[in-house]
Amino acid sequence: MQPASQESQRIVITGIGLAAPNGADPRAFRASLLEGKSGVQPYEIRYVGKTLAGVCEYDKLRYQSKKDVRRGTKAGSIGIYSANEAIRDAGLDWSAVDRSRVGVYLGITEHGNVETENEVYALQGYRFDTSFWSHHHNPRTVANNPAGEVALNLSIWGPHYTIGAACAAGNAGLIQGAQMLRLGDCDLALAGGVSESIHTFGIFASFKSQGALAAHDDPAKASRPFDLHRNGIVVAEGGCVFVLERLDDARRRGARVHGELVGYAMNTDATDFVLPNPERQAECVALALRRAGLRPDQIDIVSTHATGTLSGDAQECDALRRVFADCPRTFFNNTKSFIGHAMGAAGALELAGNLGAFDDGLCHATINVDTLDPECALPGLVIGSPRAVGPVRYLLNNSFGMLGTNSVVIIGRPDDR
Amino acid sequence: MTAAEIREEILDILSDIAPDEDLSGLEDGVAFRDQLELDSMDFLDIVMELRKRHRIQIPEEDYGALASMASTVEYLTPRMKDMERA
Repeated sequence: MQPASQESQRIVITGIGLAAPNGADPRAFRASLLEGKSGVQPYEIRYVGKTLAGVCEYDKLRYQSKKDVRRGTKAGSIGIYSANEAIRDAGLDWSAVDRSRVGVYLGITEHGNVETENEVYALQGYRFDTSFWSHHHNPRTVANNPAGEVALNLSIWGPHYTIGAACAAGNAGLIQGAQMLRLGDCDLALAGGVSESIHTFGIFASFKSQGALAAHDDPAKASRPFDLHRNGIVVAEGGCVFVLERLDDARRRGARVHGELVGYAMNTDATDFVLPNPERQAECVALALRRAGLRPDQIDIVSTHATGTLSGDAQECDALRRVFADCPRTFFNNTKSFIGHAMGAAGALELAGNLGAFDDGLCHATINVDTLDPECALPGLVIGSPRAVGPVRYLLNNSFGMLGTNSVVIIGRPDDR
Repeated sequence: MTAAEIREEILDILSDIAPDEDLSGLEDGVAFRDQLELDSMDFLDIVMELRKRHRIQIPEEDYGALASMASTVEYLTPRMKDMERA
């Protein structure tokens, strides 16, 4: 049952599929990040009215019928698109894959709000007579929906479920997939995160009430982590699914490896519903490093979580200073400055956006920092345009969430590069 | 609504529920399931759409009457004869 060899405990990424607000495949996404192209646009949603959001443009019907799109959820649709693209990228002959040995592990920040809001809105037109409530409500809102839709679409008979971990969920999905591979619970994991959150007014209204919803005359400038004048979060939709395999399996089939998961950690602040705790965040980063057997100065690029809130960005920088105090060759960037906060997809998308650095040696930037907040002035923060940082060996990806959930993954350059 | 209008209405509902299907060759005497990709959730969609559009309540024991276009029209004609097409 349990794989025994050391190589079977090494987990590698062999496929990437994604839908980001500024790119619907890894190459387009990477190009947008290097070109400074934002995916944030004007957006309107019931009750809240005009606001801003990161909106994805991808071909919904590439892997689904119109009927399946209608019946399912947006998170399911994004998951199906991303999973199919990842399988294609991995070069897998899907008809030859033992589908009983495939697992689907998708991180979500929330799920079901969109569908519930839509039903309540429609029910209002029927004077709240619940006989008009859709029979689709339950299958759309069960927490495993996005992963289940992927399994249905791809005829996957292994385990499928979502991992609810607020905005740390994208990393959490990746970690879960790796753990299941190490346990021998599956031979191939489709792991990552998805978000349909821009379709629920509640998330916008709640951030607004919290004083944490970004606003700016220029949509492309609204998401501005680390800028002194940042004023909150731009909500985004998106998804990213990785094909994960054990290294020996990947080598056996001659798969191209995008990176190796060399370390990870998750922990909990246990201090506040929304405010982060830099001490626990630093411990989480340090734990991931320890498990990877790496020193902080061996990390080439840190993909920060920062969302554009006043306190959150500064707290993360506090945490990062504690760990990377004397690491002049470690660079920091932020992907949310381009696409907004893709919630459950954020961790996975932001990692995917950085993986290209193994090939091009570039650290994409943090954009929209017109006036750097002194509290966020990390020495290696890459601002404005990409920076050539030379050969990249290790990426560290932060992803933190409400109720104090923290996740960190460290990805190593493939052996053959 | 006449039987012909009810048929048109059902076709309209089917085009929403099964947007990938070509309904032009639908045979009225043949069960929907034998010529379209419809499952139990789709049949519930037909029931729900009739409820929403025309306030028709179809009891569960009558669901069998919705098996084909011919049986559906036959079942609905007396129930919708005084209604206008929306």
